[in-house]
Amino acid sequence: MSDKISINKLSLFYGDTQALKKVSFAVRKNSVMALIGPSGCGKSTCLRTINRMNDLIENVRIEGEVMLDGVDVYHPDTDVVMLRKRVGMVFQRPNPFPMSIYDNIAYGPRVHGVKDKTVLDGIVEKSLTGAALWDEVKDRLKQSAMGLSGGQQQRLCIARLLAVDPEVLLMDEPCSALDPISTMKIEELIAELKEKYTIVLVTHNMQQAARVSGETAFFLSGELVECGDTDTIFTRPQDKRTEDYITGRFG
Amino acid sequence: MRQSYEKELETLRQEILRMGGLVSQSIEDAVQSLAKQDEQLAKKVIAGDDAIDQMEVDIEDRCMVLIARQQPMARDLRIIGTGLKITTDLERMGDHAFDIAKVTVRLANQPLIKPLVDIPRMARMAQKMLTDSLEAYMKMDIALAEQVCLADNEVDDLYQQVFRELLTYMMEDPRTIGQATQLIFVGRYLERIADHATNIAEWVIYLVTGQRLRKK
Ligand SMILES: Nc1ncnc2c1ncn2[C@@H]1O[C@H](COP(=O)(O)OP(=O)(O)O)[C@@H](O)[C@H]1O
Ligand SMILES: [Mg+2]
Repeated sequence: MSDKISINKLSLFYGDTQALKKVSFAVRKNSVMALIGPSGCGKSTCLRTINRMNDLIENVRIEGEVMLDGVDVYHPDTDVVMLRKRVGMVFQRPNPFPMSIYDNIAYGPRVHGVKDKTVLDGIVEKSLTGAALWDEVKDRLKQSAMGLSGGQQQRLCIARLLAVDPEVLLMDEPCSALDPISTMKIEELIAELKEKYTIVLVTHNMQQAARVSGETAFFLSGELVECGDTDTIFTRPQDKRTEDYITGRFG
Repeated sequence: MRQSYEKELETLRQEILRMGGLVSQSIEDAVQSLAKQDEQLAKKVIAGDDAIDQMEVDIEDRCMVLIARQQPMARDLRIIGTGLKITTDLERMGDHAFDIAKVTVRLANQPLIKPLVDIPRMARMAQKMLTDSLEAYMKMDIALAEQVCLADNEVDDLYQQVFRELLTYMMEDPRTIGQATQLIFVGRYLERIADHATNIAEWVIYLVTGQRLRKK
């Protein structure tokens, strides 16, 4: 399988502080890559470089490459709006728009110029189905998304991404605000989504990384310590620091 | 961090070593009972087998609970995974000690067709392999574990020798067939004990390095 994302010697500075130190790894197409590591090690920062969400932060300086299908996303010719359509992001806290369930999903396609009602209906159903939410909400599409449970809201946010037909899904601790059942539903969803999309998942929950990812990258203080097959990382990590972290003996 | 967890992992290792000690004693007693035709000692081995079986069950339960409660990873996971395997190997070795003790009881009132030489030698080797593999487990000593794996060939050779020798006895005098067959079984049990000791040594290597030895 080919590399969908390839990160090469990526360094990132917030002003004078270096948050990423020459990080290199690749994510295969249709796979789930988990980024793990203690708080503040640079997982979210690394994730945000992939769809250039860091551009929104002041004083950020980046060195190195982030290749998407072999093209550097930091190339001056990159259309950032198009990039964020291809590479969508789910956040820690679900952030539905204060509008109906239907309009939440239709929002993106409308922004990208889809007007036809039948086409939008189709996209809404397909996206909600893809996010394993359709059956739960099909009878109340006109109701406000704010009335959904936390877990449903998170799946709605995933459906909202799917509506613009992305290639890569970035998820930053998508279950950290959810109860165990909702967490399990998202994890199952991730397993289904990887058939069509490439997923990079930041998680502070090692068991979650072990359950859902094909590969795992362990970060420490902005450095990528070890990256490899999840089976290997969790049964016989090569680096002592990885071992200490995943066995809970860190610090 | 996670002190009680670490303590439980250490207790698991200690329990495995304790079981290993019991099994080792059981093998020694069984072979002694045979060489000295000591029926009392054989009966002690036979009676002791239940305790070994119970230890296996307890160790398995301990491992299952640790998996359920701690979601072990990496080396911790290997301690528990190998714990489950090693306890099975030990239990089988205990069964073979039991089998040998049964032979002692069966041969109790008949003179031996020959003084036992190679069988006690095999027993000493197999037993050393067991104690070395347990020591390797205790100290996480890969070099010692590798030595155990190499020693297995010698036991196999000695078994072939025992087998051929007893076969000649049987051909020369069919009246020895009953006893010689029993003694061949004993050789076979000892050879299996050495195999299990080798397994334990291989698990030690996996436990320490995460790498598997290629099986012959
Ligand atoms: N917007 C920002 N401005 C300045 N420093 C930041 C910013 N975001 C993150 N950092 C710093 O960069 C480092 C990595 O943070 P982050 O990527 O959020 O880590 P993680 O997601 O692994 O918890 C931390 O030291 C953090 O304080
Ligand atoms: Mg973060």
